[in-house]
Amino acid sequence: MQEQNKLASFEEAVLPHLNAAYNLARWITRNDTDADDVVQEACLRAFKFFGGFHGVDGRSWLLTIVRNTCYTWMQRNRSAQLSVSPDHEQREIESTDLNPEGLLLQKVDTLMVRRAIEELPVEFREVLVLRELEDMSYREIAGITDLPLGTVMSRLARGRKRLQLALTNQMQGEVIR
Amino acid sequence: MSCQKTQELIHGYLDGELDLVRSLEVEQHMQECEICAGNYRSQTTLRSSLKNDSLYYAAPEQLKKRIQSSLRKEARSEVAPRWSGWRWLTVGASLAFMLSIGVFVWRLMPGSIRPSRDELLARDVVSEHVRSLQMPGHLTDVLSSDQHTVKPWFDGKVDFAPPVKDFASQDFRLYGGRLGYLNNRPVAALIYQRRLHYINLFIWPAEQASSTDQVAIQRQGYNLIHWSGSGMNFWAISDLNGVELSEFAHLVQQGQ
Repeated sequence: MQEQNKLASFEEAVLPHLNAAYNLARWITRNDTDADDVVQEACLRAFKFFGGFHGVDGRSWLLTIVRNTCYTWMQRNRSAQLSVSPDHEQREIESTDLNPEGLLLQKVDTLMVRRAIEELPVEFREVLVLRELEDMSYREIAGITDLPLGTVMSRLARGRKRLQLALTNQMQGEVIR
Repeated sequence: MSCQKTQELIHGYLDGELDLVRSLEVEQHMQECEICAGNYRSQTTLRSSLKNDSLYYAAPEQLKKRIQSSLRKEARSEVAPRWSGWRWLTVGASLAFMLSIGVFVWRLMPGSIRPSRDELLARDVVSEHVRSLQMPGHLTDVLSSDQHTVKPWFDGKVDFAPPVKDFASQDFRLYGGRLGYLNNRPVAALIYQRRLHYINLFIWPAEQASSTDQVAIQRQGYNLIHWSGSGMNFWAISDLNGVELSEFAHLVQQGQ
């Protein structure tokens, strides 16, 4: 009975943030399969420790666990972190096969951005994803990454500069090609 | 505000994380400095290219279903927990607890199961008392009602000076003294008489300085009272009734 209540309140407080969990895991691991496994493991972990959750912010709480699970996962499977995801390559080829020009431009643009983010070192990538895609405040990001507020801001600044540089280089490469 | 400072704060400004004063300072600087303004514009452009839904990885439906079913399984297994890890530790702890209870109870058990030190002593006291009465002339080594005769008699026979007092006025007459052997050591035995009853009072130095209260027990029809005080152990035994023996014991204890 008690377990049923626990499950019900867990499903209510945490499960709505499954997309956020998957998004973060996918950007950190850069791999669909790893993200799947990480999110599943993180959810089970979160359920086990749900008794210790007294907050109101289920998203931050879940994302903290997801992030930690990602890092232990990558330590366990070192290769995952270093491998360039093959489906990334494949998608690019697909996009060049499609011919309608406007769509192509749009797609290449997104792919360029995606690739540029993926190539950022993970410490910049995670704060950028939380800020830009998850629309989180510095305070929330600091809570999830266990960093001081100032470090969150400086990592965002450096991450954006690197991203800008990478995109500029890619655009120039496109033009030359 | 300097350009360097503005470059630092421009991200906080962009993210709406600056307080009002700082925000105004950044805005004012950008109005005056075209480089910083340009930098800000390119940051907003970058941001708009990131505000793109296709960059967001939503959780696949299958994953959601898998997670929900594994959560149900987990919830059920928490109700009927598996026998592993912590479970075994709990079992081990309970066994250890039960064992310690067992040992504790065993130590508390009376003689029949595990005789305590006092119980063994009580048996020896009874034997000593019985033997002293069995053999004619064995009751006393020094036959005297004079405490000043009995006390010095122990000098050189035992390594301590037992307190010897006559309680004739209370009708417990000192009858004599004897050497006894109890608790693996020679002890002083004082014999008192009340009517036709003899009392053996065994005295030897205590290991602990602390006093203990009088404990009265009965063994084989004899009354025994033992206590310790003034650095000595005292065991009194007699076929005298318990009330009178207790009276005697108190006299001895007070007379020390």
